[in-house]
Parts: sequence; C-alpha cells; structure tokens
Amino acid sequence: MSKFFTSSIGQKFFMSITGLFLMLFLLVHLTINSLLLFGDGEIFNMAANFMSSNPIMKVIEPVLAIGFILHIFYASYITLKNMMARPFKYKVANKTDASWASKNMYILGGVIFIFLVIHLANFFWKIKFGTIASISYDGGETELHDVYSLVSGVFKIWWWYDVIYIVGAIFLFLHLTHGFWSAFQTIGWDNDKWIYRLKIISYIYAIIVAGGFAFIPLFFLIKYAI
Amino acid sequence: MKIKLNIWKQENPKAKGRFEKFELDGVAEEMSFLEMLDSLNEKLIKEGQIPVAFEHDCREGICGSCGLYINGRPHGPGDEIGTCQLHMRAFKDGDSITIEPWRAKGFPVIKDLIVDRNAFDKIMSAGGFVSVDTGQAADGNAILISKIAADKAFDAAACIGCGACVAACKNSSATLFVAAKVSQLALLPQGKVEAKRRALNMIAKMDELGFGSCTNTGACEAECPKGISIDYIAMLNREYLCASFSEAE
Repeated sequence: MSKFFTSSIGQKFFMSITGLFLMLFLLVHLTINSLLLFGDGEIFNMAANFMSSNPIMKVIEPVLAIGFILHIFYASYITLKNMMARPFKYKVANKTDASWASKNMYILGGVIFIFLVIHLANFFWKIKFGTIASISYDGGETELHDVYSLVSGVFKIWWWYDVIYIVGAIFLFLHLTHGFWSAFQTIGWDNDKWIYRLKIISYIYAIIVAGGFAFIPLFFLIKYAI
Repeated sequence: MKIKLNIWKQENPKAKGRFEKFELDGVAEEMSFLEMLDSLNEKLIKEGQIPVAFEHDCREGICGSCGLYINGRPHGPGDEIGTCQLHMRAFKDGDSITIEPWRAKGFPVIKDLIVDRNAFDKIMSAGGFVSVDTGQAADGNAILISKIAADKAFDAAACIGCGACVAACKNSSATLFVAAKVSQLALLPQGKVEAKRRALNMIAKMDELGFGSCTNTGACEAECPKGISIDYIAMLNREYLCASFSEAE
C-alpha cells in the first residue's frame, strides 16, 4: 500500500478520484447557476445565500479546495515525470490517431486554472471578503447578499468577461470530453462495451456542463445588451 | 521509384547522433520496408560506406524486433502491422521518409535505429510468469475455463513485446504491454494464483525503469501491431488497485 502513492497507477488514481469529485461539483454549481435564468434574481439569491450559509458547505468548501489542489498538484507532477520519460524527442511529430484533447490535458487544464483564478476574483473573493450589496425580500427582516446583481452586473457591463467565460467553457468542454471517461478507465471501470458508453456519456456530460456555463453569460448579454 | 531517406545515425549508445540523408533509386512498390533498407545497405556497402543498423528477425510480423518510427508513426503508415509488413506501395515516387529509433528513457539507442528493449525483459522477470509447475498438458476440460476468459487471454497473449505502445505514447508509457501480460495470466487459472503480486511487481518495475504513466490517449492501441485493446489497461488498473488494497507487501 505504501508504494501505491508513488506508483504510476496510484498517482493516476488520485487524478481520477479528484477529477470525479470536481465533475460532481460542476453539476451542483451549474444547477445553482441555472437559477440565474429564471425570474429577477430572487430564486438565485435565495439559493446562493442558502449555499453560502449552509453548515454542510463549511465542510465541503475546504474539501473542494483540497480536491482542486490535489488535482492540479498531481497533474503537474505526473506531466513532468511523463515528459522526463522521453528525454530525446522525435523529429517528426507523432501522427498516431488519438484525440487532441487527450494529448493536451495539461494545457487545457492550465487554461482552465487561469480561468478559475479570474472567476474566483470576480465572484468568490468579493462575496467572501469584499463588500457586497444586500437585498431583502421580506420587508427587511432578513438581509441577503445580492449575488444576482453582482453576476448580472459583470456580464452586462463588461462584454469581455462574457468572452472570457465562454472561452473558459470551451476549454472545460475539451477537458471533460477526455477527463470523464478517462477517470472511469483509470479506476478500472471500463471494458470493451463500457468504453463506448462512457465516451458517449462524456460528450453528453461535457455538452451539458460547458454548454450550460457558456449559456449564462450569453443569456445576460442578449437580455440586457440587445 | 525514387525515394529520399532521412535516417537517424548514431555510432554507439554514448555518441551524439544525427540525421543523415540518403537517396535510393529503383525501389519497387512490392518491396517490404525492410527490403528497401536492405537495398540501401547493399548500395552503401558497395560504395564503401557504413550500412544503417536496424533490427529485424522473422519478417513475418511475429517477432516484434523491427521497431522503426517512420514519418511520425511506429511501424509507419497502416494499422496492425510490423515494419516488415509495411510495403513500399504505401509511399509514392519522390516521397521523403524520416526514420527514427523508438524514443524513450527505457529504450536507449544501441546503434542507429536499434534500441535496447531489455527493459521489457526486466518487467517480465518481475512477474510475467507462472511459478507453479503446471505439469504435463492437462486433459481437455480437466480445468474449466470459460470461453470468454480463454478468448480474452488469447487476445492479450498476442502481444509480441515490440514496444510500439511505448514509442507511440506521448508519455513513453509501457502500460499497454504490462496490461497485456498481467491480463493474459490473471484470466487463466494457473496465473490467477499470483495475479496480485504480479500486477504490483510488474508496475513497480515499469516505473523504476523510467517509463511514463498512462493518460488514456489510446495512441498505444492505435499503433499496436497486434491490435491489443486499452480494455486490458482497465483490467490492469482493476487488478492493481485491488492488489494494492489487499496484498500485504
């Protein structure tokens, strides 16, 4: 068991488990965000405040951060080690038939990481440590963070943020098309039948998640700009 | 037809290699790629030059020694073939062909296009065998093996250890090779006994020899001359994970 953490399969196992955890998080995140599309912000603000004040979230939040850190740490370590496995490169670039995304997961992940930093600075940081306007829906009895105005403000005032979020979603899409089925393959949940099913589910999942996240800025852009 | 060749030349393992250009006339399309190299070498010998060193043995696709990286693909264009099964009809008159040895930390170059694939033997020595005495050939049906397991084991056993999986993999990973060997033996009753220890030891050896890890690109499967599927990698992962969580070291 001690060798497990340093073995090639063991390290990939952690990539897989953290990846699956992050993919589950993306679904929850998208579900909450999809409430942005309905009404004038009341439902979304209720949901966002529920998520931030929920005691369970106090536990989940650091776990999520650890999930991201481990995923990024192992990815960097594995990529570096794998590059060292071929000290002398080929002159002719490899022409083997393999998906572009699968061969460039670290680059895709790197772009997503840059996006993540921008994204956290846009919203998470402001809500957590900055000042944010309050709003009340019950005549001043309970004050809620007006997260809806923050989000819609970013998307309707600065069009380049819409572009950043849509580009981020495209990179996330590519990362997920390989990441989803690959995570199952790594934990051994795959065979000659499941590989096709998993690859199809990968695309469905990636389209729903990335499409959903790309649609939200587009929605605000269309709703307010036009 | 006339072809232009750009071939890796390296005197010995320590020497600094370089690409050398050659031109070869009178190449017939029915020649195999190795026969083309033979005719190049005959020409070089006649001219008093040093021939190009390349590995070859059976020339019928079962020994796995003719590993050449041709124009960006292990064993050149075409699927499920060794270099010996690649014919010059895959190329056109005037084509330039770049030939490189397998590039991997685990496969150091010995000379020109020949690499040392001893690493695979070391991985096999770490567990790719059955240590119980299985005795004489058993009576048919004396040991019950399902048709599915027999077929899968047979497909895995088709691995000839050529190293194309390592050559094609962006991580120079030998996972497909190890997966084929581990699965072949784990599927059969004689091999099952040592399945856990085998998976642990063969992977440990693979890592130790400097091969990379599997990132599921599927490049190995696409270039395997025996069409070994990455399903076996999932099987290896299962074997390895179960072994890690249950086997005392």
